[in-house]
Amino acid sequence: MSDPVTALSNAVAEGPVRVAETGPHGMITLRGDLSSDAVAAAVQSATGVAVPEVRRLSSAGDRSILWMSPDEAMILVPRAEVAQIVTALTQALGTAHALVADMSDARARFRLTGEDAHLREVMVRLAPVDMDRFETGEIRRTRLAQIPVALWMPEPGAIELICFRSVAKYAFDVLTVAASSARVFAE
Amino acid sequence: MLILTCPYCGVTSEETEFHGGGEAHLKREGPGSDDQAFEGYLFHRENPYGVHFERWRHVYGCGKWFHAARDTQTLEVFGTYSAQVTTPPEDLLAVIRDKRPGWQWRDLA
Ligand SMILES: [Zn+2]
Repeated sequence: MSDPVTALSNAVAEGPVRVAETGPHGMITLRGDLSSDAVAAAVQSATGVAVPEVRRLSSAGDRSILWMSPDEAMILVPRAEVAQIVTALTQALGTAHALVADMSDARARFRLTGEDAHLREVMVRLAPVDMDRFETGEIRRTRLAQIPVALWMPEPGAIELICFRSVAKYAFDVLTVAASSARVFAE
Repeated sequence: MLILTCPYCGVTSEETEFHGGGEAHLKREGPGSDDQAFEGYLFHRENPYGVHFERWRHVYGCGKWFHAARDTQTLEVFGTYSAQVTTPPEDLLAVIRDKRPGWQWRDLA
């Protein structure tokens, strides 16, 4: 099998806030009722990670699960583990009304790092999100300028963001522009 | 600017994260319906200056459709509720009666 490549060859823009495309990552989409016990048990047994609460993410080691909607989760795993987890999860779900698909190539992922307050201000320039109240462990699907994205803060001073691969260049460019200027709002 | 809360994911955001889907609680008239009913389904809308019920979709967020009750004059949002109902919930109607005495929308008041 040929080696996976990311949309922008892991482009980096250095600035007051650093924007970097990362990957390749493993991204598995699960469709199914996330509030169902059967789905929760299957996810736990196949991934070792609990189904997250509404609009939160859960993690164990190098695996995470993002709550995308009441019936959609994004499972983030190392790329090499994707095939094994898709098989294990599909088997564990059995007859539950659910679907598992390897969507690793469908999206691009970015990591933004910098001073925490500056980082939040960069996001506020592009998305209708109250970043002052945005918490670690929370996930938000929203609008980044003109495209849909999902973002979360793994720790203060860092934001992870995913978007569709076809708009990766747009996302990188608009993030780079927003991240290139100084803070406007003081403490 | 409207501030809406998605009843499915709980996000409160301004209207650009959502997309309007037109008037709520339309009864679909299909094959077998008479011309007058079909015309009403296609073209007749309340278009009120005041209390209104609409469909919205959390298009940049969780993707779900939902209902919203709002005032088209003041842009006050009275509440949002599930898409899987054919009429607004009673507790929301009580809120509207309290805030807009004498309001009317189709056969609701
Ligand atoms: Zn939502």
